[in-house]
Amino acid sequence: MDRLRVATVWLGGCSGCHMSFLDLDEFLIDLAGMIDLVYSPVIDVKEYPEEVDVCLIEGAVCNEDNLEILRRIRARTRLLVSFGDCAVTANVPAIRNQLGLRNDESVLQRAYVEGAQSNPGVPREPGIVPPLLPQVLPAHQAVHIDYFLPGCPPPADRIRTVLSQLLRGEEPHLEGEQLKFG
Amino acid sequence: MAAKTLTIDGKQISADQGATILDAATDAGITIPTLCHLDGVYDVGACRLCLVEVAGINKLLPACTTRVHEGMVIKTDSERLRKYRRMTLELLFAERNHVCAVCVANGHCELQSLAYSLGMDHVRYDYRFPKWGVDNTHTLFGMDHNRCILCMRCVRVCWHIEGAGTKNVSGRGSGSQIISDLNQPWGTSDTCTRCGKCVMACPTGALFAKGATVSEMERDRTRLEFIVTAREKKQWIA
Ligand code: SF4
Ligand code: SF4
Ligand code: SF4
Ligand code: FES
Repeated sequence: MDRLRVATVWLGGCSGCHMSFLDLDEFLIDLAGMIDLVYSPVIDVKEYPEEVDVCLIEGAVCNEDNLEILRRIRARTRLLVSFGDCAVTANVPAIRNQLGLRNDESVLQRAYVEGAQSNPGVPREPGIVPPLLPQVLPAHQAVHIDYFLPGCPPPADRIRTVLSQLLRGEEPHLEGEQLKFG
Repeated sequence: MAAKTLTIDGKQISADQGATILDAATDAGITIPTLCHLDGVYDVGACRLCLVEVAGINKLLPACTTRVHEGMVIKTDSERLRKYRRMTLELLFAERNHVCAVCVANGHCELQSLAYSLGMDHVRYDYRFPKWGVDNTHTLFGMDHNRCILCMRCVRVCWHIEGAGTKNVSGRGSGSQIISDLNQPWGTSDTCTRCGKCVMACPTGALFAKGATVSEMERDRTRLEFIVTAREKKQWIA
C-alpha cells in the first residue's frame, strides 16, 4: 500500500491539540514508518501540497487567513478531520461571538486600546496581520468536514484510535467517552 | 394497586397503575435516556430526551410523563428515536454557550455525558452565541445562564423539596430564564434558605458552589436522596 499522505494544520487554537499529537510517544515512531507527513507546524513546509490523503485541522476559523488556508486544504485533500474542540465547536475562540455579530472591531478595541498599558492602537498591517472574521466559526461551517475528533485537547489515545483506523483503511469511528468534549 | 401489563422492547412486563413508562422501564432494567427527570421530584417533560415510540400512536411520547396502559407496546430505541434524541441534544448545545473546556461541570455533567453516549460528535446547527450573564451575588452559590438547559430541576427542588420557592422561570421560548424571587440578584433573595438543593440537582454547569473552578463541580445527590427517602418511606437514613 502507498504511504498515507498526512497533513496537520494549526488555525485558531492554542496548539494544545498538536502537543497532544506529540504525546503519542513511541507510536510516533511507528507512524513515521507508515505515513508521509507532508505539511504541519512541526515540519518546515511553506506551501500546502496537492493530493493529500488526510488533514487534521486544529483550531477554529477566526480570521481571513484561517479561512483561505482551510479552503485550499479542502480543495487539495481527500479527508478532513476536525481535530479538537476548537475545530469541532469553535470552543474558547468563539467566546467573542457572544459580543454579537461584527464583534471583530469591539474585541480589538478592548484588547489593544482599552486594555493597553502603553501605545494603545489596533494593529493594522495589511498582508501581515490577517483581519478577524466578523464571527468565529467551527471548521464544518466553513468547509465540508469528513470526521470529528473532539476533546480539549483530544487525549493521545483518542488520536491514536482515529489514526490507526485511517491507516487500516477503515472509516474513523469514535464512541462513548472517546467523544467527550472538554 | 392494580397492575398493568405491557411490552417494552419486546419484553413482557407489569407495572403499577399510575406508573410512568419511565418507571416501568427502569424497574425492568431498561434504560431510557433522561435529562430533566430527577428521582424523587415530580416530572415535567421539559427536555424531550426520553421520547419513546408507542404502537398505534404517531407522535413520540415522553416516557417520564406518560402513564402506562394495559397492552401498550413500547419501543425505547430505534433509528427514528436516535435521530430525534441527537437533534434535541444538538439544539441544546446550540441554544446557549457550552464551552466544556472551561466549564465548572466538565467531566461531571449530565448533558455532556448524554451527548457522548448518544454519539454526538459535532453540532450541525448554527450556534446562536447568545449573550447571557452570570449571577454571582449569592454568598455560597453562582448561576451561569450560559450553561442552563431550562430543565427546571432547580425550580422543582426549591419549591417541592425545600419549600422555599425562590427559583422560578421568566420569559418565553429561548428567552426563558431561571430567576430568583421577583427576578432579582440571587444574593438579595429573602426566601432562599441557602440549602443548596438547586445546586445539587442541576445536571449542568449552570448552578455551582462558589470556589469551584474548571471541572471541579461534582454534585452530591445523596443529600437529595436522603430527604426523598425520608419523605416517601419515612426512613431517616443517609
Ligand atoms: S454545562 Fe456541561 S455541556 Fe455545557 S459546557 Fe458545561 S460541561 Fe459542557
Ligand atoms: S439554595 Fe435552596 S432555597 Fe435557595 S434557591 Fe436553591 S433550592 Fe431554593
Ligand atoms: S439552572 Fe440547572 S437545574 Fe435549573 S433549569 Fe438550568 S440547567 Fe436545569
Ligand atoms: S426526562 Fe422526560 S422529558 Fe426530560
